[in-house]
Amino acid sequence: MTLNEICHWIDQTALSQWIQVAGWVVPTVQTIHILAIAVVASSALMLDLRLIGVFWANRPLEAVKARFLPLVWWTLLVLLATGIIMIIAEPARSLKNPAFQLKMGLLIAALTVTALFQFLHRRNAAFGDAAGPRAAAVTLAVVSILLWSSIIFAGRWIAYFA
Amino acid sequence: MDIESALAWLQSTWIATAVAENDILFPWIESVHVLAIVLVVGTISIVDLRLLGVASLDISAKRLMRDVIPYTWGAFAVAAITGSLMFSSDATHYAHNRLFQIKLVMLVLAGLNMAVFHLFSERDIERWDAPGATTPVAAKTAAVISLMAWIAVVSLGRGTGFTMH
Repeated sequence: MTLNEICHWIDQTALSQWIQVAGWVVPTVQTIHILAIAVVASSALMLDLRLIGVFWANRPLEAVKARFLPLVWWTLLVLLATGIIMIIAEPARSLKNPAFQLKMGLLIAALTVTALFQFLHRRNAAFGDAAGPRAAAVTLAVVSILLWSSIIFAGRWIAYFA
Repeated sequence: MDIESALAWLQSTWIATAVAENDILFPWIESVHVLAIVLVVGTISIVDLRLLGVASLDISAKRLMRDVIPYTWGAFAVAAITGSLMFSSDATHYAHNRLFQIKLVMLVLAGLNMAVFHLFSERDIERWDAPGATTPVAAKTAAVISLMAWIAVVSLGRGTGFTMH
């Protein structure tokens, strides 16, 4: 099945048709999506700033991680749900859109970096602390910030490639 | 000078015209705006949830606000600048957009709410922020108003985008 055929098939489903007709669904879902991004991006940022050492440097990394990481993972579910609704509503506008495709690629990268941090920290409790491998922690944090920012940019640019 | 001519003047300035006519300038400014508001809402939520006693309970509210709010202000400054640039590019239409008007009202509400909290509840924060003490109703109310106002700002901002022609 080609991408065009998949998009057409989704577009023809009763659910997609209903969402397209009911004008309030997409704006509402988009707003929830943005609010969820606020939670994920800010949580990731605070944790990344801790890794860099400019925010809450005197608090144990374990505490900061416990405070923010669950918010990232759980809220990603909200982003996934709202994202799926938007894809169902406008399959071609999303799936065939280069900005959307780039956003998905960046998202996979961001999730990988986040999981990588968790893996490295679990393996070495000193990771991210003054005693641990500073360069690696700072690099991971900077890459994370750049990725999440790029995802937000790519998300907005979907509208301009539609 | 009345409002209408002020708006017309604003959108005729070189910077407003540049934003309006340049195909990539507006999308870039808009993207930075989205990133900025995402951080405003996210960071202020950390503070509001602490005041509501939902999260970060191991840190004093005073300490948390002192650590987090600078980021909120920084992000807000960027949001205000990018927002002003976008507004100026089509000032007359934005000013007449009902959803945008209400968005501005919500922003003012959020600001007033913050000012009231700062002038009253925050005055004796040492007392109610002590371990074991409970956050006063006034402070919790400020937190709820804050969350609601900012959620409204995001919704109305998205709505403005949909209703600008």
